Amino acid sequence: MPRVLLNLPSQAKRGEIIEIKTLIAHPMETGYRLDSNGATIPRDIINRFVCTYNGDEIFRAELFPAIAANPFIAFCTVATESGELVFSWTDDRGQTQSETRQITVE
Amino acid sequence: MNGLLFFALILATAATAAELPPEARRSGYDFASPETRAMQDDDTANPGILWVAHGETLWAKKAGAAGKSCADCHGDASISMKGVAARYPAFDVTLSHPIDLEQRINQCRSARQQAEPLAWESAELLALTAFVAHQSRGMPIAVEDKPELHSSLASGDELFHRREGQMNLSCGQCHNDNWGKRLAGNVIPQGHPTGYPLYRLEWQSLGSLQRRLRNCMTGVRAEPYEYGAPEAVALELYLMKRAGGMPIETPAVRP
Repeated sequence: MPRVLLNLPSQAKRGEIIEIKTLIAHPMETGYRLDSNGATIPRDIINRFVCTYNGDEIFRAELFPAIAANPFIAFCTVATESGELVFSWTDDRGQTQSETRQITVE
Repeated sequence: MNGLLFFALILATAATAAELPPEARRSGYDFASPETRAMQDDDTANPGILWVAHGETLWAKKAGAAGKSCADCHGDASISMKGVAARYPAFDVTLSHPIDLEQRINQCRSARQQAEPLAWESAELLALTAFVAHQSRGMPIAVEDKPELHSSLASGDELFHRREGQMNLSCGQCHNDNWGKRLAGNVIPQGHPTGYPLYRLEWQSLGSLQRRLRNCMTGVRAEPYEYGAPEAVALELYLMKRAGGMPIETPAVRP
């Protein structure tokens, strides 16, 4: 189900501020809607997004039902060293989608 | 008799006076907010790209009793599908009526892949349509100038200008005569189908032109056409003709 779009540089200068843009396909079902029989559609949203840079958490977001489907999250960080950025989204069903990108810092 | 003919000619000119001159045409993109436009312009922020990417995987996936994928016949979509969406709806010789891109994909599925046709507005059909239409991004809309299409075009033209529903409104009254003004909080666009299937923020999803047309018809409290109805395709055809020359934006983002 989850499909991801990620935009970040693969190379950066040491100390440079880089922008990271993330987009994930997710219905973000609020839990407030009713189906055609009047039964509540259970809530299923991404409730947590975490980004780590060489194991250190550099960004975390808690998401709530007012956030639209296919959430887009953009943030900045400082390119400190070469290594690995890991992005993970966790939803109410406990499913976690993770993506990894390498960055080279000169 | 000559007088009557002359009068009829004047009437005909008066009726076409309300049509949009080509230089006044503007895409819905121009009426969208800067934030929405930025979202469309950046392929890593445009949610429609998710469907395009899904369509790309479906393109290469084998389906149906024939065990063929789209790519097995059509090869590289960036070559074979380039410009295709810009000339749809197109006349189908076997069915002898025009069909739109969704119908074309489903026809190929049932005839060549021997697979079940995909449901209207299903994630798969939207994804494949978006992927095919994306190959024509930036190319000018140009429906074929075939005599076989004339009757369907004429009926689309008639439907566009016909008042309907409890509101008793025609498409043209909003999209030709009052575009740029506001309907409640929203700017009325000219109604050019340049970016379908497109991501509508209100839908939180991608949707087809037929879905949009049905939406508009429900808005004027008319009975919407069924998906795939000849009237819906005729209207699509007329709208594409009316937008002739404007570039394809698929997947567009609209409020």
